[in-house]
Amino acid sequence: MTDTSLAFVRKELAERRDPPSSFVGPVAWLRTNLFGSLFDALLTVMGVAIVVSLVWSVLDFAVVRAVWSAESGEACRAEGVGACWPFVEAYWKQFVYGRYPAEERWRPTLVFVLFAATLIPLAMPKVPYKRLNVIAFLVVMPIVSYFLLTGGIFGLVPVETTLWGGLLVTLIVSVVGIVCSLPLGILLALGRRSKLPIVKMLCVVTIEFWRGVPLITVLFMASNMLPLFMPAGMDVDKLLRALIGVAIFTSAYLAETIRGGLQAIPKGQYEGAMALGLGYWQMMGLIVMPQALKLVIPGIVNSFISLFKDTTLVLIVSIFDLLGMIQASLSDPIWISPVTGKTGYLVAAMLFWIFCFGMSRYSQWMERRLATGHKR
Amino acid sequence: MTDIATAATATAKASSDPSAPAVQMVGVNKWYGDFHVLKDIDLTVKKGEKIVICGPSGSGKSTMIRCINRLEEHQAGRIIVAGTELTEDLKRIDEIRRDVGMVFQHFNLFPHLTILENCTLAPIWVKKMAKKDAEEIAMHYLKRVRIPEQALKYPGQLSGGQQQRVAIARSLCMSPKIMLFDEPTSALDPEMVKEVLDTMVSLANEGMTMLCVTHEMGFARQVADRVIFMDAGQIIESNEPNAFFAAPQHERTKLFLSQILH
Repeated sequence: MTDTSLAFVRKELAERRDPPSSFVGPVAWLRTNLFGSLFDALLTVMGVAIVVSLVWSVLDFAVVRAVWSAESGEACRAEGVGACWPFVEAYWKQFVYGRYPAEERWRPTLVFVLFAATLIPLAMPKVPYKRLNVIAFLVVMPIVSYFLLTGGIFGLVPVETTLWGGLLVTLIVSVVGIVCSLPLGILLALGRRSKLPIVKMLCVVTIEFWRGVPLITVLFMASNMLPLFMPAGMDVDKLLRALIGVAIFTSAYLAETIRGGLQAIPKGQYEGAMALGLGYWQMMGLIVMPQALKLVIPGIVNSFISLFKDTTLVLIVSIFDLLGMIQASLSDPIWISPVTGKTGYLVAAMLFWIFCFGMSRYSQWMERRLATGHKR
Repeated sequence: MTDIATAATATAKASSDPSAPAVQMVGVNKWYGDFHVLKDIDLTVKKGEKIVICGPSGSGKSTMIRCINRLEEHQAGRIIVAGTELTEDLKRIDEIRRDVGMVFQHFNLFPHLTILENCTLAPIWVKKMAKKDAEEIAMHYLKRVRIPEQALKYPGQLSGGQQQRVAIARSLCMSPKIMLFDEPTSALDPEMVKEVLDTMVSLANEGMTMLCVTHEMGFARQVADRVIFMDAGQIIESNEPNAFFAAPQHERTKLFLSQILH
């Protein structure tokens, strides 16, 4: 016991051993994660109870008590019935196309197909020909879609934008908003960090102005006030005005998110790039931006999801997006009933949730894919 | 040291002159706000010369070599690199940066690019080289620093010593005329210093013009043609290594050497 010698030499190296069995396996997992203490167990039971009751009440309304087939709202007016699905079935096309003429609906359908056909391969990193794909998505698809939807050439019947609506408008406003606001946001962020005082000031003023006003005000101003200032006879399409408003509005938010990412890039990255002889735009485009954008993917997607949901505000300037169409259809006397409104809003919520959740999952997957190990 | 009169006659035309010095600094002064970081720096580096710069922290040694490739701007005096005078002209700055490689204390590799991409980036974008040729050159230099097998990994997967060797290879891919080293081994684990120094020694043996800010005195003895001691923004003493270590002249140099050589 009283060995006071400080010298120690290990004779053989220790073998690797398994951790004690009380730390591995499903039972150990349950114990540490769900029933660690009395309080944990109580929380677990309460949590499960809340989830079960919520899921049940939705299922009860949407499936168990739902009306599945009917010619009119008569059946949905009965006491104690759930969701009125025949109403959705009858109005489904209007939810998707708005008031777009029924015989011309193949045109928006084709646009949806084109959109999916160019976006999906673009979103999958393994699909080759990315450069061609980007051109198809950013140049060919928008031009073709524009002529398809507005018509007036190649014998297509002209369709005014006031007739567009539903999911079509929701997607147009959000996709154009996303595609235009990202580059604009990047430029504003770079401008705000610029050494040139005038450029910097212009960017700061732009960002602070657009961040400082509510989107509703922007849309309202764009649709009602702007025409007062424009010369008589000159008219910019109402939908286009809303598009520009949404894009600039979002870009101001994105600019600040991206600036946060730029600030996180160490000075050494700039110096490394400069020492190799890269110019400003090469340095930003090849070294700084890819890293900064990767860092702020969660913030960027946050803005995109907000934008997607904020498209519903275009209703204020009487453009009927998905939610607007659903709301408008609720007052149809044939289908009016106590559950029609609930059904309509349930559909709206589900559709919006699917798109937003999709964006969220895709961005999380992208974040993991782009992770290249440790920083420095 | 430098003859100011000769330097004054040196013009940008001198780039065609093969005997022109690699780097010439004449009366260089720099301020950070009110703080006078570099005071009347006169330094001529001949082609193929290896210079080790040492001195206490804050003495301006890093700032001095960072002025050579314009990572720092000097406010007075002239700097002529490989016959091109450094001015506000962005074209000239780019030209000089193409000829001057730099290795940093913290490597400054690009973490989102593979080792190979780190090495091919500048040849492709700055020299407009074809991707295939750039990759060939990159692999050549990665073999030279003895890590070709890591080419497809990311910097975060490499040890510090390996990363620093990649940083050296990345600079060499631009075939620089001059290499600047800013404390290349200061951020490394003790076990990894040697592999980086070995790479630098072999580079020196091939006749590269080198300016190294370092406190590796063994390295200075082995390869330096001249050791420069700086303090408070000025060059205090400069001599060939044996004389510098054996018989330092200035009091400040003696004090410094007594602190770092145990």
